[in-house]
Amino acid sequence: MENILDVNNLHVTFDTYGGKVQAVRGVNFSLKKGETLAIVGESGSGKSVTTKALMGLIKKPAGKIPEGEILFDGKDLAKLNEKQMQKIRGKDISMIFQDPMTSLNPTMKIGKQIMEGLILHQKKSKQEAKARALELLDLVGIPNPEKRLNQYPHQFSGGMRQRVVIAIALACNPKVLIADEPTTALDVTIQAQIIELMKDIQSKMDTSIIFITHDLGVVANVADRVAVMYAGKIVEIGTVDDVFYNPKHPYTWGLLGSMPTVDSTEEKLLAIPGTPPDLISPPKGDAFAARNEYALAIDFEEEPPMFKVSDTHYAATWLLHENAPEIEPPPAVKKRMAGIAGEEGSQS
Amino acid sequence: MKQQEKILEVKDLKQHFHSGKNGVIKAVDGISFDIYRGETFGLVGESGCGKSTTGRTIIRLYNATSGEVIFNGTNVHGGKSKKDLKAFNRQMQMIFQDPYASLNPRMTVKDIIAEGMDIHGLAKSDKEKTERVHELLETVGLNKQHASRYPHEFSGGQRQRIGIARALAVDPEFIIADEPISALDVSIQAQVVNLLKELQQERGLTYLFIAHDLSMVKYISDRIAVMYAGRIVELAESDELYNNPLHSYTKSLLSAIPVPDPDFERNRKRVAFDPDSYRPEDSELREVSPGHWVLCTSEEYKQYQA
Repeated sequence: MENILDVNNLHVTFDTYGGKVQAVRGVNFSLKKGETLAIVGESGSGKSVTTKALMGLIKKPAGKIPEGEILFDGKDLAKLNEKQMQKIRGKDISMIFQDPMTSLNPTMKIGKQIMEGLILHQKKSKQEAKARALELLDLVGIPNPEKRLNQYPHQFSGGMRQRVVIAIALACNPKVLIADEPTTALDVTIQAQIIELMKDIQSKMDTSIIFITHDLGVVANVADRVAVMYAGKIVEIGTVDDVFYNPKHPYTWGLLGSMPTVDSTEEKLLAIPGTPPDLISPPKGDAFAARNEYALAIDFEEEPPMFKVSDTHYAATWLLHENAPEIEPPPAVKKRMAGIAGEEGSQS
Repeated sequence: MKQQEKILEVKDLKQHFHSGKNGVIKAVDGISFDIYRGETFGLVGESGCGKSTTGRTIIRLYNATSGEVIFNGTNVHGGKSKKDLKAFNRQMQMIFQDPYASLNPRMTVKDIIAEGMDIHGLAKSDKEKTERVHELLETVGLNKQHASRYPHEFSGGQRQRIGIARALAVDPEFIIADEPISALDVSIQAQVVNLLKELQQERGLTYLFIAHDLSMVKYISDRIAVMYAGRIVELAESDELYNNPLHSYTKSLLSAIPVPDPDFERNRKRVAFDPDSYRPEDSELREVSPGHWVLCTSEEYKQYQA
């Protein structure tokens, strides 16, 4: 499959009163046509900032991209100015935001908000744009599109609003769709509907999706590949099966272990101790070392490179070095790696 | 369940709010349940189902429209003297959802934690108070240097620990935790849940744990009630509820939980819930098997028993 997007050694910094925050510290990944790449990590791990950089939404002058490139369609997005970026944003790359309550304009009718991009980017007439807007509302499963087109955001429920946001994002048939925690603000049953909708649309339109979330359950459902971010870096990347059934990085173990399964009986959850590091002055060596019970002496000295596990699977931990001691993941994670599908199935 | 002594009985509790000129919102519309001493009772449901209103009405942040909340044998909503209310407030405490909004930004951690102790006169001297605050901070995994700081100096997980220390300061028997971990990151959620479990074992606390994250609720609760549109639609022990859900809403809710297992997700079958099929007016909460209650009509009741 061809790569539609290549991110190489991306750095993003923000100037604050406290100093320079190194929010993204050298991120590399590529996105293939038609795939879904999930980016997981805790708040402050740089997952949202990474995607904002792809959209050209890093606010200057405080925010900067001092290094790295974002290759898309033969261009380096990191070098484009605002005017050039406007031609791409919403057309080739569009975004679904977390909170459907605040990402729509409360004073504009839904129809107008959907048509805006069509008129701007595709130079459609009002009639054409309206016809397309009706099509889109139908596509995202909003009943009575004719009537709904003339309504305001407050007349929609949270789930319905998120469908409208998706319709806006899809209006110009983008090549890349970035979804930043699109279901976090929604109830589980609505979340399941929205995820089904996104998968359905993807299979129809062959869009590439970058899906940001901290919910590993959602990742297991939507993703083809998963990138785990910690302290501004990708620490593990692989196919969804690689990361869930053969995780290599202790941070990934921690994330998997800290979520209870529906049938978990352990007395204690496997919590990751401590809190993420301050990115104004990132620690020497591996940023996760201080919270990592499997940390080796070298972790406090030198940053681990990306080790290759397989053609699809990479992880940045010294545990994969040939001289490192053999370390088994904790039992709770091993149980998870073995898969719980069998047990789950037999219950119903 | 270790003991079967009831610490809290909720009887046909209703909480209606006025909305607009003639509108009435029946946020909680006739629910009944008991909570036993030392257990964790989970209350789950989607936004707007009335689970938080239930918690707030139990602790008398709202005055109930009708119905009774009997705590340790006395009605919380009965006319009470100031003295009785104060005694009640000491026994029941609450941990709130948003650790950013629930701590006063202009008070130091020590003052936040000690406020309840001051109100109830639990510390004789300032020295004793400070010692107690330091002790509480250590209990929840912070340290005594934190006492003189302000809330903005802490992360979300640390703030939630402060909220827990504040609730513990007056030695309550019963704690209502209203979505205490929803605003936290996954790895921090596990820390807070582990802390709540430890405290329960050490102090014999009883929890009402309100949440929408079903996997966490299952993990922490002994028994679970599922709420929908202001009513309890199903109530059972955790394992029973997850392994043998009867109400179609519970089934739908359980089928929507994302499971961190790709194979399982590939084969997921979601059960849709049809709100039109929900007819609360002919239904009541009936005990289908020991300890397992379902909101059903008499016909459905026969089917469930078969």
